[in-house]
Amino acid sequence: MNQEIIRSTAAQLAEKLAAKELSAVEVTQAHLDRIAEVDGEVNAFLHVNTQEALAVAGEVDAARAAGEGLHALAGVPIAVKDLIVTVGQPTTAASKILEGWHSPYDATVVKKLRAAKMPILGKTNLDEFAMGSSTEHSAYGPTRNPWDLDRIPGGSGGGSAAAVAAFEAPLALGTDTGGSIRQPASVTGSVGVKPTYGGVSRYGAIAMASSLDQIGPVSRNVLDSALLHEVIGGHDPFDSTSLQESWAGLADAARNGDVKGLKIGIIKELHGEGYQTGVENRFNESLELLKAAGAEIVEVSCPNFQYALGAYYLIMPSEVSSNLAKFDGVRFGLRVLPEEGPMTIERVMAATRAAGFGPEVKRRIILGTYALSAGYYDAYYGSAQKVRTLIQRDFEAAFAQADVLISPTAPTTAFKLGEKLNDPLAMYLNDVATIPANMAGVPGISIPGGLADEDGLPVGIQFLAPARQDKRLYRAAGALETLLEEKWGGPLLAQAPVLGSKALGGAK
Amino acid sequence: MSVDEILDYDSAFEKYEPVLGFEVHVELNTKTKMFSSAPNAFGDDPNTNVNEVDLGLPGVLPVVNKAAVESSIKIGLALNCQIAETCRFARKNYFYPDTPKNFQTSQYDEPIAFDGHLDIELEDGEVFRVEIERAHMEEDAGKLTHMGGAAGRIQGADYSLVDYNRAGVPLVEIVTKPIVGAGKRAPELAKAYVAAVREIVKNLGVSDARMERGNVRCDANVSLKPIGQEKFGTRSETKNVNSLRAVEHAVRFEIQRHAAVLEAGEKVVQETRHWHEDTRTTTSGRPKSDADDYRYFPEPDLVPVVASREWVEELRATLPEPPAERRKRLKAAWAYSDLEFRDVVNAGVMDLIEETVAAGLKPAAARKWWMGEVVGRAKAAEVEPGELGITPAVLVEVAALVDGGKINNKMASQVLDGVLAGEGTPEEIVAARGLAVVSDDGPLLEAIDAALAAQPDVAEKIRGGKVQAIGAIVGGVMKATRGQADAGRVRELILEKLGVEG
Repeated sequence: MNQEIIRSTAAQLAEKLAAKELSAVEVTQAHLDRIAEVDGEVNAFLHVNTQEALAVAGEVDAARAAGEGLHALAGVPIAVKDLIVTVGQPTTAASKILEGWHSPYDATVVKKLRAAKMPILGKTNLDEFAMGSSTEHSAYGPTRNPWDLDRIPGGSGGGSAAAVAAFEAPLALGTDTGGSIRQPASVTGSVGVKPTYGGVSRYGAIAMASSLDQIGPVSRNVLDSALLHEVIGGHDPFDSTSLQESWAGLADAARNGDVKGLKIGIIKELHGEGYQTGVENRFNESLELLKAAGAEIVEVSCPNFQYALGAYYLIMPSEVSSNLAKFDGVRFGLRVLPEEGPMTIERVMAATRAAGFGPEVKRRIILGTYALSAGYYDAYYGSAQKVRTLIQRDFEAAFAQADVLISPTAPTTAFKLGEKLNDPLAMYLNDVATIPANMAGVPGISIPGGLADEDGLPVGIQFLAPARQDKRLYRAAGALETLLEEKWGGPLLAQAPVLGSKALGGAK
Repeated sequence: MSVDEILDYDSAFEKYEPVLGFEVHVELNTKTKMFSSAPNAFGDDPNTNVNEVDLGLPGVLPVVNKAAVESSIKIGLALNCQIAETCRFARKNYFYPDTPKNFQTSQYDEPIAFDGHLDIELEDGEVFRVEIERAHMEEDAGKLTHMGGAAGRIQGADYSLVDYNRAGVPLVEIVTKPIVGAGKRAPELAKAYVAAVREIVKNLGVSDARMERGNVRCDANVSLKPIGQEKFGTRSETKNVNSLRAVEHAVRFEIQRHAAVLEAGEKVVQETRHWHEDTRTTTSGRPKSDADDYRYFPEPDLVPVVASREWVEELRATLPEPPAERRKRLKAAWAYSDLEFRDVVNAGVMDLIEETVAAGLKPAAARKWWMGEVVGRAKAAEVEPGELGITPAVLVEVAALVDGGKINNKMASQVLDGVLAGEGTPEEIVAARGLAVVSDDGPLLEAIDAALAAQPDVAEKIRGGKVQAIGAIVGGVMKATRGQADAGRVRELILEKLGVEG
């Protein structure tokens, strides 16, 4: 029974809950049991919210028994990336500087989850302050890829992706600044969506780079992401950058996925050289399926995408250097006193930040501080903003030729833990295909595209759509998912190794 | 703390002329803060008017207060500025514990208002135009209190307390262009400029404008250059000069100090200065170079502020009459002399007189009542005249009682005492205290007969045409009636009795 529950999609659970075939407490307990069973190996969760999750589930069951109206996803549990603040649970951003910190307020998306009565299973692991592509930069140990526990689950949202891929949760929330939802989805064989910038309120998501950050859904299939997207999307008066858009109809688009007559643009610059052969093969296979289903495949060129990574690594750290200034030991979180020398406020702040931040965070703060400095601003931050405009123009031109764009989500499958830890540039290159969407604010989705021939690990396929056209993503991705699952005879994750053996590294 | 040498004020001007510049911070009196929904209120318990945004907790985002933008536009318009069609906020990055995010959200290269001017009238009527460079929106910082150590400074303090109630309070910073040509009148102009800005924001109703509460704060820049030289000298910036008198004194002191430094053949240090009210001197603060690096960049959490021309014109239409123009108009309408008007303004009763005139009193009478009856009482009670408890309506009522002959001036004063003592309306007090003038002619005629009989020689003089002698008889009657008689009526009756034309 438990296996059946945890392997159900969110949509299936919602149906069974509505039909009273399952109780919310059963569903929540099954996932808590699964977490207890496998998270020692996976380390997707930094905090498990047992009591509250069961209490909310109990409320849902009581409300249903009383015949009260409930949200369609009421009782469907969810995990929340530990970058998003929650009352009643710690929020750490996977940093020592926030160890044990409890937010006195809920993020807007968390309020929406509570309003929908979705039990929150706990908080998921990430690279510290969402800075990384492997979750190895967490101060609380790396998350492991359920497909191979010796490999990275992607990052920064490796915890959320691994949680859904390991059947610890049917749904999760992530944040995506340069690919932190989509790249983990790609390497764990799950689904992740970065909505249009402003589509989901950022209030309560601890900021990495404000102009790039976006909260989005993480799930095992396209429909589930669409359902969650409808819950969390919409205007928020607490976030001035949030759009006035309504996001109804996303789930319908996912259900009625269809690519007949859809113009799909292959981005010339986002495949081929630098992409693993198995990734390229699965990508081409998807293109064939789409073509066979009636899509028109065209090639578009986005010449300025080659500058995207460079510009991203100026804009993002610049914003980081300012956004993370508040972590100083004065009002909340860690406070470290200097061991010797005078006890001045500057020295307390310095000692706190030296002890509280990990090396990747420090690297980006230093980069950003430098890029914003007088005399360098125009050359670095200023130029990077110009590149950003050029990338937006590339997208405009591309969307004049195609309804959606397609690319591999990441150039490679999951690499080994530790493999790129000492080579930041190699690590940064993982996000080369996902970063352009953040730079332009357009939405993107990653869905499983199969397993790479050479390593048997998941490959992700990314769709991109014009800003505010998130619906198109669900329509195209929903269609490709159906085509691929017909070919595989079921979801890709059904092929993932069985977890729970406790034997680290031997799962493949 | 070393004591600076200063040069005799007049001597300073033998070789040098001052250049001034002001940054005036105005705290807006919006209900909520610049970027959060927390109350904008003064004087509450520390850290009670704060929410997660003001504390800069992880995950928070700012939202621009529309009322603050409106107030800022109004200030810009009142300073004859252009209003930007769109403008952005920026982050000014620096670590200091009164700034919860360790950056201040401010405007940098895109102020909401720019290129304005203000005509400042000095005491003798000379008008001096001050050019306004910009007026921009920003947020206030929290308040630090340094405990232990010397002089309340962070250096050497044992520990510091921080109150974030003020953090995020909306500010408009008004920056002048360099002010050249004020000469010896520079300190006077400085005071008059800050007074004018204060008056404007108060008149607009956008700030409580109480300098003692820091609603209006002035940083005064002073430099000297040799007379005739184009290039400005090195400036000092005296921070937080927070009374009009202090502005005048600080500018004066800095002119003298700079002159002494230059006369000694030394260079003025570009730095901030602290103002000390007790000694009326400044002392060295921190070095300030133009290269201070705040790593400004556009605030990514906020969208640009768009001020449509329609909105700006709507706001322009709501602007009250500028204070200087209003004063000119009222003085003419009331026909006060220069001296009378200045006394009224200095006593702080101009607005009250305007209300009183509107309520029906003649300007001269209104001035007589406010200046004669209220100002002195207010001074004794150490409150503003408007806060004493006597309203224009009360004065109109009391004046009507006097004019109608019900009470005399002496009684009126007693009635006002009664009002202040909370005894009720003037009518009620007249009744309760039995203050009515004796107007029944019967008792008066008896008293007049007695007075005439008591002073037959005076009566004879009056009969003989020396009407001015009547005062002695009136005095006798008033004495006999213990002041309750209407002296005017008494006079009439005496003349009638003696058959003399008044």
